[in-house]
Amino acid sequence: MNPAMRRFLLPAFLLLLAVAPKLLPPFYITLINYIGLYALVALGLVLLTGVGGLTSFGQAAFVGIGAYATAYLTTTPAAELAPWLAFFGQSPWLTLIFGLTATGLLAITLGSLTLRLSGHYLPLGTMAWGLSLYYLFGTVSFLGRQTGLGGIPNIEFFGIVLDDGPSMYYLIWAFLLAGIFTAQNLLDSREGRAIRALKGGIVMAEAMGVNTSRARMIIFVIAALQAATSGWLYAHLQHFVSPTPFGLHLGIEYLFMAVVGGAGYVWGALVGAGIITILKHWLQEFLPKLLGQSGNFDNIVFGIMMIVVLLRAREGIFPLLRKIGSRNSTQTIKPFNPEAEPLPKRDMPPQGDTLLEVKHVTKRFGGLVANNDLSFTVKAGEVMALIGPNGAGKSTMFNCISGVNPPTEGEVVFRGKVISGMESRDIAKLGMSRTFQHVRLLPTMTVLENVAIGAHLRGHRGVIPAAWRLDRKEESRLLAEAARQIERVGLKEHMFDAAGSLALGKQRIVEIARALTADPSLLLLDEPAAGLRFKEKQALAELLRKLRAEGMGILLVEHDMDFVMGLADRCTVMEFGELLAEGLPEEIQTNPKVLEAYLGGADE
Amino acid sequence: MDLSIALLLGQDGLTNGAIYALLALALVMVFAVTRVIFIPQGQFVAYGALTMAGLQSGKLPGTVWLLLGLGALAVVMDGWIALRDKQLRKLARSAAFNLLVPLAIAGLIAGLKADTLPLPVQILLSLLLVVPLGPLLYRVAYQPLAEATVLTLLIVSVAVDFAMMGLGLLFFGPEAFRTPAFSEGSLTLGELTINAQTLWVIGCSAVLIVVLFLFFEKTLYGKALRATALNRVGARLMGIPTTMAGKLTFFVAALIGTFSGLLFAPITPISYDTGFLIGLKGFVAAILGGLGSYPLAAVGAVFVGLLESFSSFWASEYKEVIVFTIIIPVLLWRSLFSHHVEEEE
Repeated sequence: MNPAMRRFLLPAFLLLLAVAPKLLPPFYITLINYIGLYALVALGLVLLTGVGGLTSFGQAAFVGIGAYATAYLTTTPAAELAPWLAFFGQSPWLTLIFGLTATGLLAITLGSLTLRLSGHYLPLGTMAWGLSLYYLFGTVSFLGRQTGLGGIPNIEFFGIVLDDGPSMYYLIWAFLLAGIFTAQNLLDSREGRAIRALKGGIVMAEAMGVNTSRARMIIFVIAALQAATSGWLYAHLQHFVSPTPFGLHLGIEYLFMAVVGGAGYVWGALVGAGIITILKHWLQEFLPKLLGQSGNFDNIVFGIMMIVVLLRAREGIFPLLRKIGSRNSTQTIKPFNPEAEPLPKRDMPPQGDTLLEVKHVTKRFGGLVANNDLSFTVKAGEVMALIGPNGAGKSTMFNCISGVNPPTEGEVVFRGKVISGMESRDIAKLGMSRTFQHVRLLPTMTVLENVAIGAHLRGHRGVIPAAWRLDRKEESRLLAEAARQIERVGLKEHMFDAAGSLALGKQRIVEIARALTADPSLLLLDEPAAGLRFKEKQALAELLRKLRAEGMGILLVEHDMDFVMGLADRCTVMEFGELLAEGLPEEIQTNPKVLEAYLGGADE
Repeated sequence: MDLSIALLLGQDGLTNGAIYALLALALVMVFAVTRVIFIPQGQFVAYGALTMAGLQSGKLPGTVWLLLGLGALAVVMDGWIALRDKQLRKLARSAAFNLLVPLAIAGLIAGLKADTLPLPVQILLSLLLVVPLGPLLYRVAYQPLAEATVLTLLIVSVAVDFAMMGLGLLFFGPEAFRTPAFSEGSLTLGELTINAQTLWVIGCSAVLIVVLFLFFEKTLYGKALRATALNRVGARLMGIPTTMAGKLTFFVAALIGTFSGLLFAPITPISYDTGFLIGLKGFVAAILGGLGSYPLAAVGAVFVGLLESFSSFWASEYKEVIVFTIIIPVLLWRSLFSHHVEEEE
């Protein structure tokens, strides 16, 4: 399929959706309604699982809260409700607000309990409270116990009564398409980049100033709200709720939908919901006949299908469909305005001011002393080189300074403020930025997007503006800044390549661009020249000299001595975690202790 | 509530707790070695009990077909790799292990009239039928994904659980079964009457807990297994066969699960869908212990058992709600004591 045809895919799909109720018999409309309801829940799981690397088996319980909230409030006589509840009970639209608020509060509570713990506690936690809410629906008397609640009224929309499948159809699909639109916008924004960094880039994102706990909470709450909306729609479609559709079993099926469809793709939710819903309908009819027994044998097929998908097509079905659609790579060239107004810059401290003071820092890992009583300073407008043999503790020192791994003893002072013990994202706010020895890029994102993560702290538009595209002015300023830094480090021709496709040396340079995009006054570079060719090293040295002239302080760890000696103003030499020597490059080069450490003793 | 009721509830809770403890231990062990969160652990309880019930009623349990099917699938998967690498001896060995052994077991069970045999033989036959499913499952569903993230492995586990529950319904039908106790009789201690099966349950659990603890903490082999969990590549470089470690762990987990089912079925009727809930209660216990410590998991399990039995007295309708909600304060407590943001694998 050529690109021109691809462009018509979405309008054609929307047109088909719009005319479907006029053409299809009611049975199919019901089926498509259910696909829409399920896809809305699966969409939240795409954000959580595929994008954020988290997961939940308890989404069905959130669906239940949305459904039961409206069922209870709209069917209970106003006289029996507390006055403030009776207010919400007047209209399904008010109960939607009530259900979303309740779900949001619950999600925030549950999220704050589990999201800080390592990954597997969240899914296990969701199973537990998913079950416990399910049992609660089935035991609480005002929710009708196992018999459920019936007689839920129709939704009215500007005088139109949505009283049957075809009329609910448009509402369900409007909500779903709005959900897909919002999710896509959100992922393509400042907050979206932070969310996409959750999978495999938490340490990096924190060092760029992203509050990753908050980013996790955002997607968890969005997923819960989408589930609750689906529940509200379900209740007014069925006019009846009982506990069964909100159990753990359905919670697991929602996850299956997201994974089968393609958990990394917003449209994957729809594909997965479609496949599973249709297949389930067909299997429930066909399998009991085949096996000669009644029961939910579709579980067997779904279980095996999931295992096969995870073994053979871990990305799910949607990317396979897309590949059939076009043979070209799906790389997107993101349009942005390079002329956008530049972002405000931080005031640089005057040349020679002390930026960083490391005072008697010791770092222990159990019995191992990686840094022992180290002290040194970095001034504005100088390059300080931290050198020493492999295993001397240089990268550990970087982690102590940047807050990735706080020191055991001692103090780190940055621009007059004690930063030891602070979170790395808060240190980043003060104007320190860094690169990593083991490159920490998000390999499937473009170079431009990776570098734009560095600008996270220079933007402030949040989730809601991003979802509704009110952030475009700021977004283009952020992207323009990222593009400027990419050009500055000489990678303009790779701007739209996937970061993981670059040679390792170039990936290190991307890290430098990302750090520069944060507009730091102190730059921590961990082996920036490793893997570079001679010309590239020269260009890098030139860039660092320019930055130094602008007043930036640079702390450099590097093994290439020609590179270091040609660039550094001062050197600190470490060996076995201890300070070995300190001084000007010329002094270091002739220092007998340093020569011994690097070349071995003279009398051997 | 008077003392005799309290003692009765306590005994009930302790018995259930001992079963949860066994499952919690198996879960902790599987997680420690393979990073798999083994949701299907509970299915082995149901499969064990229902296979036993099938044998006792003189039927050929459906488990036989699953055993043969998984064995054949494992041979196909091994064979694919063996043919690609031109290592026909590996194929022969896989066929012997995965095809001939299950066939021999199936033949043995079809040939014997299990319902006429003494109880210990029936127990042995049930174990023979169900336990090999553990390593076979590892081979078929987990081994190809051994390098995947904890999250992917967890989703596989849920999928396996789904399939096993559906197959359980197909094999054993929807009815619940109770099997005869290991030994009849009871022990009277003042007010308290303890029946023999309870003693079996508590005794077996205690012995297994001690054995597992000693194995992982004190023996070189146990430490080697733990090393595979921390760093698969590193462990392999040190000469630890990680695939073997995975299969062995699943074997032990299946053994514990199946045996728990055989221990439990005389106390509570078990149906195809019991396993999932029992397994999850084992999980709650394992999480109480932080998914890392055998003794703490055991303590957590006894706590869950007691909580369940006492809440069934005071608020029987809310029994399950209480048991599964207890996880929330525990997660809060753990959350308060974990400060640093970690990178996920």
